[in-house]
Amino acid sequence: MIDLIRDLSPGLATLLTNPQFAFIQLMNSISQGMNLFIIAAGLSLIFGVLKVINFAHGVFYMFGAYVMYSVSQEFGAPFWLGALAAAGALGLIALLIERTLFRQIYEAEHLMQLLLTFAIVLIMGDVAKIIWGTDQYSVSYPASMSGATDLGVTFYPTYRLMLCLIGPVILILLYWFAERTRWGRMTRAATQDREMLAALGVNVPVIYTSVFVIGSMLAGFGGALASPFSSPVPGMDATLIVDCFVIVIVGGLGSLWGSFVGALLYGLVFNFGSVIFPNAQDIFAFMLLLIVLLIRPWGLFGKPEAGGH
Amino acid sequence: MTAPLTAFGKVACLVILLALLALPVIGSDYLIDIGTEMLIFALFALSLNLIIGYSGNVSFGHAAYFAIGGYVNAILLTTYGWPLLPAFVTGVLAATLTAAVVAYFCTRLTDIYFAMLTLAFSMLVWAIAFKWRSVTHGDDGFVGVTVPALLDDRMRFYYFTVIIVVASIAVLWVITHSAFGRSLVAVRENLGRAGFIGIHTRRMRWQAFVVAGFFAGVAGALFGMLIKGMYVESAFWTQSAQVLIMTLLGGIYSFFGPIIGAAVLFMLERLTNEYTEYWPTVLGVILLVILLFLPDGLVGLGKRLTAKAKGKDKTEGAT
Repeated sequence: MIDLIRDLSPGLATLLTNPQFAFIQLMNSISQGMNLFIIAAGLSLIFGVLKVINFAHGVFYMFGAYVMYSVSQEFGAPFWLGALAAAGALGLIALLIERTLFRQIYEAEHLMQLLLTFAIVLIMGDVAKIIWGTDQYSVSYPASMSGATDLGVTFYPTYRLMLCLIGPVILILLYWFAERTRWGRMTRAATQDREMLAALGVNVPVIYTSVFVIGSMLAGFGGALASPFSSPVPGMDATLIVDCFVIVIVGGLGSLWGSFVGALLYGLVFNFGSVIFPNAQDIFAFMLLLIVLLIRPWGLFGKPEAGGH
Repeated sequence: MTAPLTAFGKVACLVILLALLALPVIGSDYLIDIGTEMLIFALFALSLNLIIGYSGNVSFGHAAYFAIGGYVNAILLTTYGWPLLPAFVTGVLAATLTAAVVAYFCTRLTDIYFAMLTLAFSMLVWAIAFKWRSVTHGDDGFVGVTVPALLDDRMRFYYFTVIIVVASIAVLWVITHSAFGRSLVAVRENLGRAGFIGIHTRRMRWQAFVVAGFFAGVAGALFGMLIKGMYVESAFWTQSAQVLIMTLLGGIYSFFGPIIGAAVLFMLERLTNEYTEYWPTVLGVILLVILLFLPDGLVGLGKRLTAKAKGKDKTEGAT
């Protein structure tokens, strides 16, 4: 039996016969998924409230990775200071973009909004080239996390282990913010009926700005966390944004839990897919997306389009 | 936009056609190459507008059909040594069939979900072109396409492109000005009401998508022969975005808008590249200007300007 499987897919046979290997693949799936979740959660948050699909989210991620490089490698600041600086820088950039550009298009058609974010992608991509050039940079792991930790079953890189933990922490923080704070309640109200909320005396534009800033900070933070293993380089944004789209659409646009589950599924499909059928992992990710879109177009945790068709 | 050609329009078409025919006589090799590529992109943009401007859905994955037409034609010509006609026809049919399948699923959705599903399908096409190295040569690109001897000449290929593109534009003109085209406009304007008056809206959106896929395939097949190669970038979402910008720049509410948009954008790209490597920034700024100030594109701007010149009391278009 195992010989037959080995003929069909050597990777699958190794997975079945070598539990350590399978465990490492599982951990890789989770750590990659959690890193992507941090970024995708920002995208999903922005869509949930602003109803804008932000193509520029990938570029924000790339800027996060670049800022991380500059702060931690060029200025020699500690790793975590770099990650905070990346989040802060993206918060500032997002504030500027929201105040000057996004304000104009909240009432416009979706096509217009999509293209506006695409214009930002084009311009910021060039800005990154002007500032950082076209070299590929490397960012070193934080000193305390450069080794591996003994998990009993096997050793696993400490940094990636930390990613597995930081994802759920961000999930809980965002959930707490949305469900337990005044800001969160107003944000949820804004997704339901922004006119009504404004009539009740709430400053809706401020809520929009804050959501866009926080969503973008998550992209910057996620980019900083990804920088040690996916070194900052021009073009890193174009593929990442597609991964994020897959995740938030699979999970359901605007759903926090959706992006969490979507990111985990993506990590699993990507890592196990590439072991079982080497070289086809991208195809699997899109297949996952297609299957979900065909069965539940609004995603696993999303709500059907208002009005229905 | 559904009005038949005015006298001015007829003269303009005739002048442009004559100019196209005369270009190789007066122009340099460089100009002929630019002219060929511009024609191809004009057809590509025009095909997309059948989905956007006529049926009212935004496809964010139109490059998929362009790439399929290009790849299938190039592979059949080169790897399998097929003659031009069957290779070209099979390439276009492959694009059309894929569009038919994709559209079957996409037309169940509207708006943002429609855009996302078209994007997902096109990225699947991209991933296949990227990973199926034995057939497409992956990211090395499928280079060294065997172009049939008949067309392996700059000027002959130019005239071949002119014939195909002009014929395609004529067919699209007839389609968009038929009862079918007018019903599509009704679907775009109000999906619900178009349904009430008995239009099978989903089938019509499907048909528009298939026709658009067909002509994108034609454009792709021509493109592969022009540059004697196909590259995975042709299927990437940025290519879909570019043709979308061309369509939008010209104006989606006008039949000829996308052609003008494609020509203008193409020229701008060539000009910009002479001076700076930052074409994306220029494109981004153009896009911002369209979005914030020219929602109806260049053709809309032209109409507003001529209306103003005639002293008509014209209200400003919605911005």
